[in-house]
Parts: sequence; structure tokens; C-alpha cells
Amino acid sequence: MPDTHAPIQYVAKNMRLDLRLIAEMVTPGARVLDIGCGDGALLAHLTTTKGADARGIEIDMAEVTEAVANGLAVIHGDADNDLAFYPDAAFDYVVLSRTLQAVERPREVLRQMLRIGRHAIVSFPNFGHWQVRWQLLTKGRMPMTGTWHRPWFETPNIHPCTIRDFFDLCALEGYVVEQWLAADENGLRAPWRRSARLANLFGEQALFLLRRG
Amino acid sequence: MLRHNATPRAMLPPVSPFTQVDHQRAVFAEELALDCGVSLARHAVAYRTYGKLNQARSNAVMVCHALTGDQYLAEQNPVTGKPGWWSNIVGPGRPLDTNRYFIICANVLGGCMGTTGPREEMTDAEGRGMGRPWGTDFPNVTVRDMVRQQKRLVEHLGIERLLAVVGGSLGGMQALQWAACYPDSVFACVPIATAAHHSAQNIAFDEVGRAAIHADPDYKGGRYWEDGRVPAQGLSVARMVAHITYLSEEALQRKFGRRLRGAQTLTLLEDVFEVQSYLRYQGSTFVRRFDANSYLTITRATDYLDIAAEHGGNLANAFAGTATRFFVASFSTDWLYPTSESRHIVRALNAAAANVSFVEFTTDKGHDAFLLEEPEFHRALGGFLSGCAARLGV
Repeated sequence: MPDTHAPIQYVAKNMRLDLRLIAEMVTPGARVLDIGCGDGALLAHLTTTKGADARGIEIDMAEVTEAVANGLAVIHGDADNDLAFYPDAAFDYVVLSRTLQAVERPREVLRQMLRIGRHAIVSFPNFGHWQVRWQLLTKGRMPMTGTWHRPWFETPNIHPCTIRDFFDLCALEGYVVEQWLAADENGLRAPWRRSARLANLFGEQALFLLRRG
Repeated sequence: MLRHNATPRAMLPPVSPFTQVDHQRAVFAEELALDCGVSLARHAVAYRTYGKLNQARSNAVMVCHALTGDQYLAEQNPVTGKPGWWSNIVGPGRPLDTNRYFIICANVLGGCMGTTGPREEMTDAEGRGMGRPWGTDFPNVTVRDMVRQQKRLVEHLGIERLLAVVGGSLGGMQALQWAACYPDSVFACVPIATAAHHSAQNIAFDEVGRAAIHADPDYKGGRYWEDGRVPAQGLSVARMVAHITYLSEEALQRKFGRRLRGAQTLTLLEDVFEVQSYLRYQGSTFVRRFDANSYLTITRATDYLDIAAEHGGNLANAFAGTATRFFVASFSTDWLYPTSESRHIVRALNAAAANVSFVEFTTDKGHDAFLLEEPEFHRALGGFLSGCAARLGV
């Protein structure tokens, strides 16, 4: 897979590690929409370090309030209902971090992301991790791990997928995977970049940079 | 309903025309062309300011008031003697910090607190006074007309661009019209608990209020000013109906429930529910400060509002290419201008690729929440304005 983006050069402090990896994928001055932006940590980082025009969508009122109070452009909304109202190609990057598994219609959300953005950056917890497989195999119960830590009857994660599943969906939809990596729970890059099968077994998180085919 | 109406009237003292106050005003001799085709040859804006305009004239914030609000934003109201209607938001160290911003608030066109309106002296085509109030001869005005007049005031004060236009309810409609009509003069726009058009339900409630005023024998076809009376009964009923729409069911339940005034249980004789007595009080105090013809004029202006219709039926067109930053705020239990109306505005702004923030604040206080203690709302409002000010170096 061609790796056209510059390698990671520095890591910001006080930001979730996977957000730092995402920030590295964004080019300076870009227009960015972060879906599920929380209190806007990534937006603030992209604005100050990359001069980005960064905007967000967040479902939780307390988080949106925090973001708006910090002067960030965030709307109280969600991926399933609000993306349809943005015009085509309004953004250079549309980011969805650790949220794909919790949306109602992941395929439609991805379509909207790549309609309103030139690139989509998607991170999600990998359901193919060996611990998940092992627990299901040996205990016969829904797995509970560091990443998948809510019981099945109250988890918001209604659409879990594996790294290989995600590759399949990209192929089905004709999306080009520009860059991908697997990471551990803290967002540190894991060394299985050449093999999707190994990444699918050992990666707790996955991060993809996509564009329309 | 009729039986209840009889009581407040009996309780009211004979109502005289309300306190005469000399309001601070700017008078304009250049005519103001209204949407209805009529021009006002001479017109005045009553206004108040708080804080100091900085050297660069870049820290001015226009606050637009709601239907029955006025320019006395953050000081004792000279007519009612009550504190300013937004004194919890406007002041030193408050979200609208008077140490940092120069805050302007003007009585709306058609109002009754000193700005040209039905209660002010009628002028002829040359702007000469005719020795009688406008009354029902005052032309129909729109929210856009209100904003056009405010623009004159802002220019008169030597301000080219406002840091922000902020307003709730009808004030939010004015803020939206400011951003739509004068995008280059509005750096940031904060429409709160509002809508870009009046719904059939909004118009219906307004019509009940207007019908109550028209039905009052003291209204006299709008010429009540001739014998110094006011249609107190009709106006107070209009206020009572409107007041219900400002509160949520939860708030009414919390504040009053089914409690009785001065009794524990129903006697089926002279029982008065607390909510009844509250509404009667609201109605009776209102008629001492508000002019019936102004009420008719302003409610009509809100009913006429349809910003999308003014822009080819698509609200996004009203904001195409705008550089203004928006913060849209709604309240979860507001059923007068529900969150769906704010979301409609936000989606239009998104479609116009505008820079927009939006929060629906969870509260049980209904529409009135924008006037009350809502710490989260205040924090977001203060932070948003502060961020905008920082970008302009204020």
C-alpha cells in the first residue's frame, strides 16, 4: 500500500494518543470536521498547531458546552442525523474516532463522510483482537477486555467490526485506503503494518485514512 | 374562561396611561423605508449602552430584546422599577462583560419604550408631528425593518462592524436578520431560543392574544388613547396566554402544581389555584407597562417572519458565503421555539458552510430559560464571545 503521508514526527502532550496519530494525518491549513469530537481536544490541537479550520459534532451536552465555552465551533448533534446537511466536499478531512462501532448506520455514515470530505479518517476498536477471540472461544460469553469493557446489555457499541471486516467494506464501497495502522489501547503504533491478518490479531485499535475511489 | 376573566378586571385599579419617562433617544431625519412600502420620514430609536467603546471601535455587542422586553438590559427599569431583564448576563465579569464589551440595546421599532411606534406621536410625510399618537395608523413593520433601524443607530454610534449580535426569542430573530442583511457588519451572531420563521402554532397563539385585545370594549378600534383608557382586560388576557407558552409543563408543575391559594383542599366555592393567581398577576402588571397597539404591531411582525421565504425558499441562501460565526442555543423544554427550529437553522448554516456552534441545553424551565439562571448556557455564551473577541484582538 502506498504510504504517501509523512511519517509521525512529534506527539502532542495532554491529548489522547490516538488523536495524536490522527492529527499527524492532517495537512496544515486543512478544513476538518471531527465527528464525536468530545470536548474538542483534537479541534483545539489542529487549530493551534496546524492552522486548521476545525469544526466538530458531539452528542453529549456537557462536552459540547465545554468545547463551545473554549471558543471551538462544535454542534450538538450526531453522525447518523446531521452529516446529510453539509454540502459536498465541504472539508478536506472528516474524522470519526472510536465512534463507527456506535453509530446506527456505519456504511451510510462512511458514505456521508466521503461525500462531504475529500478524505475520511476513521479509528475503531478491533473486535478481531486475540483476547476477544480467546474469551469467546474459551468462556462462550461476550468478551470483556480493556477495550470492550461494557456488558453486552448496556454497551453503546452496536456495530463492532474487525480490521479485516473494515478492509472488506472499503473494497465493497470502492474506497481507497491511503494509509492504515493498528495500535494498542494507548494509541501507540504497533509493528504489524505489513500484515492485515497479524494486525487483526494483535491490534486493539485501527486507524484508516480513506478517499473515494 | 369568561368567568375567570371577570376577576382580574375587578382586581385591577383603573389603569391610567403608564409612567412617562424620558428615554435616551437618537432621532433620524433620513427616512426609513419599510417592507410594507411605507416610509417613516422621521423616526427615533430609544437605546441604552453599557461599557465603553474601545479605540478601534471593535468591541460593540448589540443585544436585541424579546417581544415585551426593552432597552433597559442591565439597570433598573425606570417604568417598572425592576432590575434589567438580562442583568444576570450583562455586567462586569458576566458572560457579556461590560469591562470588555460595549453593549448596545435598543427598543424595537413598533415598541412602546421610546422608539417610534404606535404610542409615539404620528408624523406626516414630511416628518412633522401631528399632535396625536400613531395608534393603529402605525404601519405594519417586520423584523427586518427593526434591524434596518438598528443599523442606523449602530452607524450613528460610529461602529462599522459589531463584534456580535445577541438575542433570545424575537431578539434571536433580529440577530438572524442582522446576519442575513448585513453579514459584513456582524462578526458573530448568537440566536437563542428562536426560529427563522413563525410556525402555524406560533401564529395561532399570537392570534388568541390579539383577539383578546380586539374583544375588549376599551380597545375602541385602537383609539383607546383618545380618552386615556387602555384595554387592560384584553391585554392582560393576551399576556396570560403568551405567558403559558413561555413556561414548560414541568416548570408549571414544579412552581405551582395543583396548590391552592390560602387553602389545603378544594372547597368548590371560591378556590383559586396558585397558577391562576400567578397568571392574573402577570397579566395585571403587564398592562401597566405595555401598549396594546405595540403588542399587536410586534406580534404581527413576528408572525410575518419567514427568512427562508425572503431568500427563494431556502434558508441556507440567506447565509450563503457568510463569514459570520454563529452560536445557536436552544432549551430542551422550550415548546414555543423548540430545538427542532434551532436545528433547522443550524442545518441551513451547515449547508451554507458557515462556522456554527450549537447546544441544546437541558433544562425544565421552558422558553423562559434564556432569561433565567442556566449556568451551562451562560458559560458557553461567555466562552463563545470571549473566543470571538480574542480573534478580533479585543
